[in-house]
Amino acid sequence: MNRAKKKDRFMTGVFYAIGWLMLAFLLYLTFTIIFDGLKGFSPDFLVAAGNGIFNQFFNTLYLVFLSLLVSVPIGIGAGVYLAEYAKEGKFLTMLEVSIESLSSLPSIVIGLFGYLAFIMWTGMSWNIVAGALTISILSIPLITTETNNAIRALPIEYKEGSLGLGATKSETIRKVLISAAMPQILTGVIMAAGRGFGEAAALLYTSGQSTYINWHNFWKITSPTSPLNPFRSGETLSLHIWVMRTEGALNPKATQIANFTSAVLVVLALLFTLVTRRISDKMRKRNNGGN
Amino acid sequence: MDKVVQKAIASDKRWRAVYIACGLLIVALTLLMGAFLLYQGSQTFIKAHHSIWEFLFTSDWAPLDKTGLFGGKVGAAVYIVGSLETCLLALVICLPFAIGSAVYMTEISPKIGEKYFRPATEIYVSIPSVVYGWFGMTKLVPLIKNIFHPAMGGYSVLAASIVLAIMIFPTITTVSADAIKSVPMSYREGAYGLGATRWQVIGKVVLPAASGGILTGVILGLARAIGEALAVAMVIGKTRSFAANLLSPTSNLTSAIAADMGNTAQGGEYNLALWTMALLLFIISIVLIVLIHKLANGKKDK
Amino acid sequence: MSGKKTRVVVIALALLAIVVGCVVGSSKADTKGVSGTVNAAGSSALLPLVQSAAKSFMDENPDSVINTNGGGSGQGLQQVSDGTIDIGDSDLFAEEKLDKKSASKLVDHQVAITAIAPIVNKEAGVKSLTTQQLIDVYTGKVTNWKQVGGNDCKIVLISRPASSGTRATFEQYALNKTASRSNQSLETDDSGTLIQMIQSVEGAVGYVALSYLTGNPDVTAVAINGVKPTLANVYNGSYKVWNYEHMYTKGQPKKAAVKAFLKKMLSKEYESKVEGMGYGVASKLSDKAKKEHK
Repeated sequence: MNRAKKKDRFMTGVFYAIGWLMLAFLLYLTFTIIFDGLKGFSPDFLVAAGNGIFNQFFNTLYLVFLSLLVSVPIGIGAGVYLAEYAKEGKFLTMLEVSIESLSSLPSIVIGLFGYLAFIMWTGMSWNIVAGALTISILSIPLITTETNNAIRALPIEYKEGSLGLGATKSETIRKVLISAAMPQILTGVIMAAGRGFGEAAALLYTSGQSTYINWHNFWKITSPTSPLNPFRSGETLSLHIWVMRTEGALNPKATQIANFTSAVLVVLALLFTLVTRRISDKMRKRNNGGN
Repeated sequence: MDKVVQKAIASDKRWRAVYIACGLLIVALTLLMGAFLLYQGSQTFIKAHHSIWEFLFTSDWAPLDKTGLFGGKVGAAVYIVGSLETCLLALVICLPFAIGSAVYMTEISPKIGEKYFRPATEIYVSIPSVVYGWFGMTKLVPLIKNIFHPAMGGYSVLAASIVLAIMIFPTITTVSADAIKSVPMSYREGAYGLGATRWQVIGKVVLPAASGGILTGVILGLARAIGEALAVAMVIGKTRSFAANLLSPTSNLTSAIAADMGNTAQGGEYNLALWTMALLLFIISIVLIVLIHKLANGKKDK
Repeated sequence: MSGKKTRVVVIALALLAIVVGCVVGSSKADTKGVSGTVNAAGSSALLPLVQSAAKSFMDENPDSVINTNGGGSGQGLQQVSDGTIDIGDSDLFAEEKLDKKSASKLVDHQVAITAIAPIVNKEAGVKSLTTQQLIDVYTGKVTNWKQVGGNDCKIVLISRPASSGTRATFEQYALNKTASRSNQSLETDDSGTLIQMIQSVEGAVGYVALSYLTGNPDVTAVAINGVKPTLANVYNGSYKVWNYEHMYTKGQPKKAAVKAFLKKMLSKEYESKVEGMGYGVASKLSDKAKKEHK
């Protein structure tokens, strides 16, 4: 065997090792986090008061839902613009740079902007809407990019067929292109939701680090303790980990609670990945079938 | 009939306006954010009359913390250096693993790569950064403490860099893998035809051809690393001094902002200096984005 | 497509139902005790006390809500002076953080006092330090515990961020206004982590509010000049390192709930609860303690 071949074998081994190491580390990471979370678990972590994280869980869902209400229409709209209307030029470059900047700006900087714009300017105290709007700044570029890519990836026949049938451009976009691209757009939306679930730095100064909910007031939306009141302070799951390290550290169970919260977030992350995988797999199959 | 057509055209125009408005909104948002940060962040220099030189290159940090009272010192070099060194070290740690994994999942075992490794990188991405921070604090910091016994405990540049390396790993891996994949098959076939081994093909042909894409991945990873706040804040130790070595604690821009923004008085020198840090982070990430754009355009021109 | 439209209609109806529900719901709310909302935010040192008071207040007045947030003294003062919250919690006097004009509009309610104690890791082996020794430790003049009568063990300084009220108090009263050498100390942004670090880092020294030490037997508090950091010593004026905990309102409180809540926190009955949590009450301060606290 000559030197080149020996070297080839050796390097192949190195790549194998690195590849499998990173997979093994991921397994280790997820299992230890979930295991630690369950180790210190006690049933009162599930309730909506005291040590429980149910309120935080609800806040997270609610906040992500509100943020999607804002970011989905804007994100899809801008994605359609990029895919169907945009022409080469200064504005397009500016839009592209803006989208890239928004998606890679430090989330704490976006959080500070949200704090400035939605808290200091409006003169309100920390609230869920401010947090949701801040999160949508983070998720709009994700949805925009996915929508743009999805529409561009569609076979040209879709569009030509619809236009040929006498539909206008806007009808074609709404009735044919968007629905055909929906699976991938949905992937973007789920990714955006996942980002919202995990985000903490952007919420530090916008959504508040505490929460008080009276579940009997569920439908009294104007009541400051109603779970549905969007203008109450609402701490989310990931923020809860941060709070358990700082202001909540007095709680003797702080570590266990944070461990459990981490485990919940990791399970959610796995779930999100699984769902987006499923959707994109289906899409690939469908596309392959079509060809 | 005419009316129907007119109506259709009008509706077409309306929808077009809606889509353009969405695009405009994004541009406006970015500009607004830049303007905001520029205004808030420049007050340190305008209102409090500090020099940009002092902020960037001196390490005397003693800003006054009272609304409208100026005259302290705002040398943020410790934080800036802290941010830079943790990011660069993270990159050094991460790069071999990221490129190695990217090569493995595209060149060596593409089937396994597609089936297991791509989902794996997606899971790496979707784990929230606080969870990484918490993991670093409860697992990594004690580990470093038990192995090296540093005087200040395990909170260190090393801990911060490792946490960051894990966080930027999926970004660099995915982008690099895409870049490697898009290297035309003919390149490889040509090299194999000349009798090259697989490693020679990878090292001499594929990686150089994909280097532009890999660089984009590296810059994206860098952008993520420099802006990460809470995960780093949990493990860096937050000492306001330059790190003597990899095992000593230091501080960085994002943890200073996260820790002190709430305690400082609005409009005070301290508060303004923190906003200047935020502005600096904003400028750094814009510069990185422009760099990526330049890189992509350069490739197009070729 | 019609399926989608139906969905939109359903969602719109659901939202409408929520709004209607809340209007109906709020109109027939029956009153018992005081009703209304109080938003309080600021100092994290005071937060546990406010939270516990809020809980018992809401039990007594089911129609009232007290939102408590941390965020830091600076936030608390700023937001109350902007009028976005009703009560701003602060470790410091408003005059120390805000400009004169905003500070003069705020009304101070001193609900508690906080004593701050130096704490050390077990390995240090010191039980008491003089003020001078403490200054030497915190300015880096002394780097080993044996130089101040402890074990042969390196000193590791742990402090709070410069913007923290706890740090300001400690430097002013324990270090006689000497600024600690922050470029040689670990800074943690919260007292909870600080305690954990004192427990785990050999030779570590730091400082926390007494309220953090109740129920924490693993950490030893250090006496200053032979005086132990206890509430009794604060009251009689022998232990000097303490500060008032303030709840500021913009002007005299107008909302009934705010008034009632502050009244509860300052009431005689609540004093024992305050002390149980490791805070002191201002009414028990001796004249000597008050006079020497400047």
